[in-house]
Amino acid sequence: MLQCLRLSVVFEDTYALDAVNLTVHDGEIVAVMGPSGCGKTTLLRAVAGLQPLDIGTVTWDGRNLRDVPPHQRGFGFMFQDYALFPHLSVRGNVEFGLRMQGAAAQHRTDRIRTVLDTVGLTGYDDRPVHELSGGEQQRVALARTLAPAPRLILLDEPIGALDRDLREHLTAEMRAIFARVGVTALYVTHDRDEAFAIADTVAVMNRGRLVRKGTPQELWADPQHEFVARMLGFGPVLDGKVNNGWADIGWTRVATDLPDGEHRLVVPPHAIRVAADGPNAGTVSNCAFRSGEYAVEFSVADVTLSATSRRRFDVGDRIMFHIAPASLLAVHE
Amino acid sequence: MDGHPSLSRAGGIALVVVPLAFLAYFFLYPLLTVLVTGFTSDGRLDLGPIQTVLGRSALLNVAWFTLWQAVASTLLTVLLALPAANVMARYEFPGKSFVRAAIVVPFVLPTVVVGSAFLALLGPDGPLGIDLRQTIWAILIAHVFFNYSIVVRTVSAYWERIDPALGEAAQMLGAGRMSVFLRVTLPMLRPAIASAASLVFLFTFTSFGIILILGGLSHATIEVEIWRQATGLINFEVAAALAFLQIVGISVTLFLYSRYQERKTVQFGHRRSARPIGQMSRGQRWHVLGNLLVMLLLLGTPLFVLIDRSLRGGSGYSFDAYSGLGEQVAGLAAPATTAIWNSARFALVATVLAVAIGLAAATVIAYRRGWLARSFDALLMLPLGTSAVTLGFGFLLALDAPLDLRTSIWIIPIAHAMVAIPFVVRTAVPVMRSVRHRLREAAAMLGAPPERVWQEIDLPLVARAGLIGAGFAFAVSLGEFGATSFLALPSNPTLPTAIFRLLGRPGTESFTNAMALSTLLMIGTTVTILLIERLRRDGLGDF
Repeated sequence: MLQCLRLSVVFEDTYALDAVNLTVHDGEIVAVMGPSGCGKTTLLRAVAGLQPLDIGTVTWDGRNLRDVPPHQRGFGFMFQDYALFPHLSVRGNVEFGLRMQGAAAQHRTDRIRTVLDTVGLTGYDDRPVHELSGGEQQRVALARTLAPAPRLILLDEPIGALDRDLREHLTAEMRAIFARVGVTALYVTHDRDEAFAIADTVAVMNRGRLVRKGTPQELWADPQHEFVARMLGFGPVLDGKVNNGWADIGWTRVATDLPDGEHRLVVPPHAIRVAADGPNAGTVSNCAFRSGEYAVEFSVADVTLSATSRRRFDVGDRIMFHIAPASLLAVHE
Repeated sequence: MDGHPSLSRAGGIALVVVPLAFLAYFFLYPLLTVLVTGFTSDGRLDLGPIQTVLGRSALLNVAWFTLWQAVASTLLTVLLALPAANVMARYEFPGKSFVRAAIVVPFVLPTVVVGSAFLALLGPDGPLGIDLRQTIWAILIAHVFFNYSIVVRTVSAYWERIDPALGEAAQMLGAGRMSVFLRVTLPMLRPAIASAASLVFLFTFTSFGIILILGGLSHATIEVEIWRQATGLINFEVAAALAFLQIVGISVTLFLYSRYQERKTVQFGHRRSARPIGQMSRGQRWHVLGNLLVMLLLLGTPLFVLIDRSLRGGSGYSFDAYSGLGEQVAGLAAPATTAIWNSARFALVATVLAVAIGLAAATVIAYRRGWLARSFDALLMLPLGTSAVTLGFGFLLALDAPLDLRTSIWIIPIAHAMVAIPFVVRTAVPVMRSVRHRLREAAAMLGAPPERVWQEIDLPLVARAGLIGAGFAFAVSLGEFGATSFLALPSNPTLPTAIFRLLGRPGTESFTNAMALSTLLMIGTTVTILLIERLRRDGLGDF
């Protein structure tokens, strides 16, 4: 079990990491999600021992790793640019960690075959790495990381450099490989769908701080923070006043189970339903065909909302819609 | 990048001290002695020699000729090489990698060989039937031949990285082809052109062997005049004053070169794919074909004629010149085989010295930060900018005490090593720096302790750079003529000095013998360089 306690790293005057606490249980896959520069890569490098800490401790099974250099931590690291050794073949790259462990030749051969089979690169042993495609290089990097069977795998945007189709394909594949091999992993990404697809638990980071942690379902059901809501693609933040089961957001009232008082509210994307008999009216500002439906953006008062619709709208059209009762969520900064 | 973790303290000191001591004794000390000789007499400051040089119109003419022929050679080379650089950067055709390797050959050929080849081509018995010997034309053409590949390679490597979309964008904004070239392409290429041109200028400014062989008595660069004053007229003070003038000229050029070199490291992105034959318009095909033809004529003909002449003695074709290498021939104090043996062993020793010292220095430059690395870098560029003739002259003046090395034949490989060290450093430093720190981190994360990281990651990559540096050093030593012309005794010649002696003698037999030795020397350097090219292309550019 990995435990990070109050990890802090200061670059010049700013906190790259600001008192981050994070636990990864054995067999768990935790995704760290956040925009670029939020400190997620620094967190990963700090766990690996590649980035010295200013404050805080990293422990594994209760043992403080402060004086354990990176090569003795037994962690694997998959770099965003793969960092494949250009002078070694696919086999040489995958074999590297096994050789460092002093594994016997027979064991190395078996292990190389196993991991290359696992990542779908059977028979690639002697290929020079610079001749491989981006997707193939990614698989070699994954195989190289898996080969020494590290107790924790750290992945830094491992598919960020690939195009979208390949990314979706590899996300599913990696999830399957992780499940089969049974790894414990800390996975850094800026992509929400990728994080949700791959991880048991998602931790959201912003400006060096860990803002929220939970299962994808928990996060979706209750983002709690404005920042998390925005990362998840929720609608705009609205100021509202709740009184006796009704939330007043200025231009309409929605039934709610939130307690009375002033709130910052967000509307989940699925809560808005376009319907001719809807009680609310907006003006269409954009309409695009996407995956069999129309993605419509429209404005009401001074906020812009979005919803899907089966019929097409023109810009400037009037649009009628419902907001599902009890759907508004309260967030704070 | 961080400093390299596994350099121990004692090792680190040795890496600084050994190259520094070698450089001090075999470069700075001789050079200073030359300057002191030029500025003092009997231990007192004496501006006499400098005044002599500046006051004598014959010597001023030498300086003027040196300057304008260098400018003319540079302009001509750039003009001819630019279209070829475009072909190499933008078009794909069968045999391109061969062409890329082959065009380097002239640049690494010893000047004596180039001189011989153009004597054969432009002499009275040449295939053209016109005698251009001792004219400026012979010199200019030989200089273009020699430096063409520097411009083609430097500029095309840069051109490849300029996104063609930039030109297309300009076209879509209404620029015609000519204005795309003048307003987009040329300004972007300028650093590369300027950097290549200053190198060409430097080489032609200090041209020695080619001028000596092709220019005859009527044309002399400062370099040739230093040699003449020192060895022919035994006028050391004037020679030293000339050397000083030359150093000033070189320093200015090198300063400009290094400024452009810095700017050249701006990256424009990845290499773009070149246009294959199938997608070329008719005009583009002629452009490619035409430039390949120019390369063939310019670069191929002289070498072909050289080989041809080596096989033609007095009557018809024969191998006489080659089979007689072991015999005593007129004009040489020792059989030609002695020269071959000398060149081979000197090259071997020079290579070992240059690689050992060059790699040590490169390690400091690549892995250390701050003033030490920077001043080391600058210091090691100096031999590149100092003419070989000045170096040889300096050895002659300086190395008589405390132990007289001038009579030892080992002075020759030491001089060669001094000339070759900058090449080794230039090859090794970029490779050492290109070992990304990320790779070391990756190795550490796979369980490699620091000493294993050095052994597994740095060493294999650096070893290859060392091998390439060794190849360069070997080729440089084989062909070195400027310094050797001061140091090699007639009884113990190297190939270049033997060839020069033979060329200075009248008669067909000596000429044919010179052509045969030049051919052998050409083969030796070419094979070395092609081996290096192979190593270089095996992925070395990719990390």
